[in-house]
Amino acid sequence: MPGSSFLARERTIAAPGYSRWLIPPAALCIHLCIGQAYAFSVFNLPMTKLIGITQSAPDDWKLTDLGWIFSIAIVVLGLSAAMFGRWVEEGGPRRAMFTAGLCFSSGFIVSAIGVYVHNIWIVYLGYGVIGGIGLGLGYISPVSTLIKWFPDRPGMATGMAIMGFGGGAFIASPLSVWLMSHFNSPTHVGVAETFIAMGLIYLCFMMVGAAIVRVPSDGWAPEGYVAPAQSSRMITSRNVYVYEALRTPQFWLIWAVLCLNVTAGIGVLGQASAMSQEMFKGQVTAVAASGFVGLFSLFNMMGRFIWSSTSDYIGRKNTYFVFFALGTALYALVPYSGAIHSVALFVFCYAVIFSMYGGGFATVPAYLRDMFGTRYVGAIHGLLLTAWSAAGIFGPVLVNYIRQYNVDHGVAPAQAYNTTMYLMAGLLVVGFICNACIRAVNERHHMQDEPAARVAAAMGDN
Amino acid sequence: MNASSGNGIKLALAWTFVGIPLAWGVVQTLLNAIKAFH
Repeated sequence: MPGSSFLARERTIAAPGYSRWLIPPAALCIHLCIGQAYAFSVFNLPMTKLIGITQSAPDDWKLTDLGWIFSIAIVVLGLSAAMFGRWVEEGGPRRAMFTAGLCFSSGFIVSAIGVYVHNIWIVYLGYGVIGGIGLGLGYISPVSTLIKWFPDRPGMATGMAIMGFGGGAFIASPLSVWLMSHFNSPTHVGVAETFIAMGLIYLCFMMVGAAIVRVPSDGWAPEGYVAPAQSSRMITSRNVYVYEALRTPQFWLIWAVLCLNVTAGIGVLGQASAMSQEMFKGQVTAVAASGFVGLFSLFNMMGRFIWSSTSDYIGRKNTYFVFFALGTALYALVPYSGAIHSVALFVFCYAVIFSMYGGGFATVPAYLRDMFGTRYVGAIHGLLLTAWSAAGIFGPVLVNYIRQYNVDHGVAPAQAYNTTMYLMAGLLVVGFICNACIRAVNERHHMQDEPAARVAAAMGDN
Repeated sequence: MNASSGNGIKLALAWTFVGIPLAWGVVQTLLNAIKAFH
């Protein structure tokens, strides 16, 4: 079938002279779109007024009902990345990006129908499940391709794509607000039309990414690049099969490293605005707090590129050592910033914490490549994203419940977050220990049918 | 048109295609943040 052959991996093999710098924009076409997920909350308030228009009517959806849309999408992201990782790896990036684009945009269209007929279950199915599959496929689709094109700078390459996921919210948030203001009327909120418009815009954008993506031909290497003759102890030149990786302690240690780094970050991410206002009552207004949140999101995005690029020079393990050591100190400093009423210290601590939260996401694909090789890195990365889903549950639960427990036991709101911050610092200490335990993967886990393995075996026979 | 100039045009187009929306979003966020600090 001509249509399907266009998507086939062999049709995406780059011709000689193809510039590898075209691959990061292809990846960004996908990640800038799916990063919209971080800005989904801009629809929450308008979706509580679909019937009442100016204020919520009794039959309107509640914020608690709407919160589930994002949660379902993130859980499905992790599950679909884990389930379809091998398919993405073997089918090639174009097929994966194309499918991700179809799912993500269909999610918006189905949700628009849900909004139109006012049935929340259709929205859960649309954005949560169908859109969530698009998020998962889209998130992992360019990872191994970028690593293959940039063997000399894998951290920088994946950092550029994953920076796009952080940056997607910057585009989606003002775009959504602008579209809703364009479509709304005195009798209509305009959410359904906005969903349709965004679904179509994102479909076009993601298809451009699918069209320009290419995989390097076998044996291709960047000009002047010489692969290290001998593997470094922490960077393998061999490959581990996707499901074999699950049998290694390294996979689960990196899973714990990512989960703990994200739990600590995500736990305070949603609370940054409320925390700054409660810790600095009279000093920080609601408007200023929203400005801080915007600033922290910028650091989250920039951290993805800066930290992952840095990891190419100092090594993945050392980068995570920095995250955990510096993170522990900064989380422990936040209560002190409240005690001395220093908003500047608070903003500094949070800005660096968010840069490392983003950096943790962006550095992990290169860490996996170092441990398990390039062959199945995308699929293994997909399996690892279940750590994100788990952290999405642990982080907010820890922060919310501990804060509530403190308030219920008479702790002043300004100090209610202190225990949480110390607990998060404790989690990072555990992460530091997990990272310290990571060693090179035992050779018995390496794939045996590779050319390198065959050569080694033949030399052993002689 | 040789391969390198063809690549140059493609690169400029591709990076502009993703760079403009990203830059617009970042500027909007910065403007909001600056407004908030005032």
